[in-house]
Amino acid sequence: MVVLSGDVEKLGPTSYSEPLVENPADATFYVRHLNFWYGDFNALTDVSLDVRKHAITAFIGPSGCGKSTFLRCLNRMNDLIAGTKVEGTLLFDQADIYGSGVDPVDLRRRVGMIFQQPNPFPQSIYDNVAYGPRLQGIRNKNELDAIVEKSLDKANLWKEVKGILNKNGLALSGGQQQRLCIARVLAVQPEVILMDEPCSAIDPTSVQKIEDLMHEIKDQVTIIIVTHNMQQAARVSDYTSFFLQEIAGEPAILVESGPTSEIFTNPIDQRTEDYITGRFG
Amino acid sequence: MSDETNRDLSAYPIEEPLSEEFVELEEFRHEEGELVDYQSDSDDLGTLDEAVEEDGGRNSFVDVLIGNVDADAPVGIDDQFVLGEEMPTGKLQLVTRQTQIKEFTLMSIFFACAIVAVLGVTLIFAFVAYKAFPIFTEVGIGNFLTGTEWSGTEGLFGIVPFIVGSFVVTIGALVIGAPLAVMTAVFMSELASPKIRSFVRPAVELLAGIPSVVYGFFGVVVVAPFIARLFGGVGFGPLTAWIILAIMIVPTIATLTEDALGAIPMGIREASFAMGANQWQTIYKVVLPAAKLGIIDAIILGMGRAIGETMAVLMVVGNAPQLFAGITAPISTLTSQIVLDMGYATGTQRTALFGMAAILFLISMSLVLFVRLLSRFGQEMSG
Amino acid sequence: MSLKRDQMVNNFALSLFWIAAGITVAALFTIIIYVVVRGIGVITPTFVFTWPHGVNAEGGIFPTIISSIYVTGLAMLIATPIAVLAAVYLAEYAKQGIAVKIIRFAADSLASVPSIVMGLFGFAFFIEAFGLPLSMLSAALALSLLMLPIIMRTTEEAIRGVARYIRWGSYGMGATKWQTVSRVVIPAAMPRIITGLILAMGRAIGETAVVFYTMGQAINLPAIPTDSGRAMPIHLYLLAVEGINMPAAYGTAFLLMALIFIFNLIARLIARRYKKLQE
Repeated sequence: MVVLSGDVEKLGPTSYSEPLVENPADATFYVRHLNFWYGDFNALTDVSLDVRKHAITAFIGPSGCGKSTFLRCLNRMNDLIAGTKVEGTLLFDQADIYGSGVDPVDLRRRVGMIFQQPNPFPQSIYDNVAYGPRLQGIRNKNELDAIVEKSLDKANLWKEVKGILNKNGLALSGGQQQRLCIARVLAVQPEVILMDEPCSAIDPTSVQKIEDLMHEIKDQVTIIIVTHNMQQAARVSDYTSFFLQEIAGEPAILVESGPTSEIFTNPIDQRTEDYITGRFG
Repeated sequence: MSDETNRDLSAYPIEEPLSEEFVELEEFRHEEGELVDYQSDSDDLGTLDEAVEEDGGRNSFVDVLIGNVDADAPVGIDDQFVLGEEMPTGKLQLVTRQTQIKEFTLMSIFFACAIVAVLGVTLIFAFVAYKAFPIFTEVGIGNFLTGTEWSGTEGLFGIVPFIVGSFVVTIGALVIGAPLAVMTAVFMSELASPKIRSFVRPAVELLAGIPSVVYGFFGVVVVAPFIARLFGGVGFGPLTAWIILAIMIVPTIATLTEDALGAIPMGIREASFAMGANQWQTIYKVVLPAAKLGIIDAIILGMGRAIGETMAVLMVVGNAPQLFAGITAPISTLTSQIVLDMGYATGTQRTALFGMAAILFLISMSLVLFVRLLSRFGQEMSG
Repeated sequence: MSLKRDQMVNNFALSLFWIAAGITVAALFTIIIYVVVRGIGVITPTFVFTWPHGVNAEGGIFPTIISSIYVTGLAMLIATPIAVLAAVYLAEYAKQGIAVKIIRFAADSLASVPSIVMGLFGFAFFIEAFGLPLSMLSAALALSLLMLPIIMRTTEEAIRGVARYIRWGSYGMGATKWQTVSRVVIPAAMPRIITGLILAMGRAIGETAVVFYTMGQAINLPAIPTDSGRAMPIHLYLLAVEGINMPAAYGTAFLLMALIFIFNLIARLIARRYKKLQE
């Protein structure tokens, strides 16, 4: 394997403040030389990255830098967009995500996702949370009740909604809706949760609650959060990756990746420092 | 080449140069993978072991093609890494054949339902044309299309009076109805306060809901006597038909025009106002030109509605197989003559009625086609 | 000076738009009021629930009401499953391509087929070629061809109206396409689908030309699908052109419009109630 024998510090255009793992078994996501295309447009080029298990990893960068696109590769949500193409190695739990015949449905059950816009289904709170378990064939009422309560509790929402489980999910406030979506994902017990700017559309109190719950669940779930809020990345994450599209029309790259403390206090790349100190973006 | 290179190829180092054939197969494999995206159903997914078991002993199509077949080894997920040397094995479930079949079956059912529309429209035209076919031998296409006399008893089957009648009725209805409808739409979209709009729009929708036989009835009991008093005669003729049809096509044209107006970005209106234009200037110079194609679409579809309208026209147009001879002289149209004669027509006359139906079908279909071409033209203009 | 002229032109032009909208609304109200004023007095239990009799069709119009409802219901039963599934295909499964273009063009063409052509086809195909009697079934088959593109369109719009990110929520949790469509998208689109269905029923019940030569014109109370009957619009047409019993014609027109308005009202109420349930 070329990627394994080469000097990881100089892999691709990226600077790493912590060497990449040699064995894919050591990373939840093991990404090497990933290229992503929207039709003819090469949106991301040569991304190599590890995502560590049971840690919170933040993807930061100015808007349009491909961080969400990259996130969506990790559970193949980009498949929903016609004309997209992925090149490179992308392993989840050592398995090739884009391997032939791999079922994206199974992947997404294990790699859940939270979106920028809270998107509860127009159904009751209970049905929202029970949706995933029901997909898996759980019909037993007691079992479902237990899953719903546990998931809502983990999402710090149980106390607020336990009396109104039959109310429509859309009746909740934006922040509550987002926590409902998190509960919904937790109900299927994913190994990873991808969060695509989960806090950009909700109020500050709810942001606090969501950040708290991220810390509470991270020993059970690997979390990747895309955010353009650097303070948030610094607050919640253990690892940070900085994406950048320097020239419009050119592919975005991963500039720097490493432990959050390193990235924010001692960045290797000048561009990372510029971004973090607010010179652009 | 790099654009076309499959990710699997770039991911794993390969000692031997790739043959073209191999690349094609890899691409094929990728496409096949896309084909099954989301079409699996987790209800059918067993455990990983089951999936492997199900795949056991079965080599994938691609593997067979590229000669990568090991008769004894079960072909499962391990296969993904045949090209890498020490690549560890993964644990993602594969799409099972069962789920593929299930999702494919579902999609096929949906597709079959969608095809019903194609079959229906083909069948209608084919059958009507088949029934009309003897017209070529029995009447002659020339006599049929250019004859001005229609008389079943004399064996004369010229449909010029009906074609003229249909167009007279349609054009007149458009002249009255189209401006009315477009202006109503502009009113709803640009001028009316939300309160007034919430009153006018349901009215337009209800107008669309009134059955044509009620319009015809209204024409018989209200409009025709009124016209008779104004112009003499019986009151049945093109003018009455114009008025009734004009009202009937208002909802069609108004609704579609309003959609077209609604699709114009708000910003261009504001830009116009910001330059000191008043409301009329904004409507006339900015809004209407921007929605031009949509409005033409709407009018053409209104035209389709008018030309195919049957009962209302039948009841008010006078039903005389004569050429247009004035706005109050009774005429007949393609649609109304079919209803009138179908009850008793036999032999050649029936064939001629089917011929008229085929012509109506072709007219309405070409209007639809025209709208299609127009919108493609519009897309090319803007894109 | 020129500003003043602009102002005058503006006021004049805008008043024309008000007048146009006024005429449209006035046309609706003239028709409604005329039919209501003349028709409402005719509506009695006898008129609604008894049979017509005598040469002038005195008495009620009960069998025509039942015939109309019967044929409409049957046509909806035939058209709805096909149209809804076809819409699911177009909205969720179809990839842009030649097949989709052909399907859309066919649906648009089908929608534009003049209703008398549909009626003529129904007569020649179902009755003459297939030997079905003049009946509810024959009429419903022809009518369902007319309803098909309408229901397809409203259903497809309803399904497309469901926000993309709601689908993502479902896919993102490992739902398959069919699970997403059947458990999230269609329930979310349901109020608009039902609204579309009911409006289509309103359209079907007033349809005359299609059933003219496929259903028969004899007054009969249909029991099984192969029974014939006379639909309300045909009854109204015959009364109107023969001029034999104008009060009954007004009464029939009133009931026909009342039925359609009730359908409209139900459609609106369902849409609103569903919205409320969601809140």
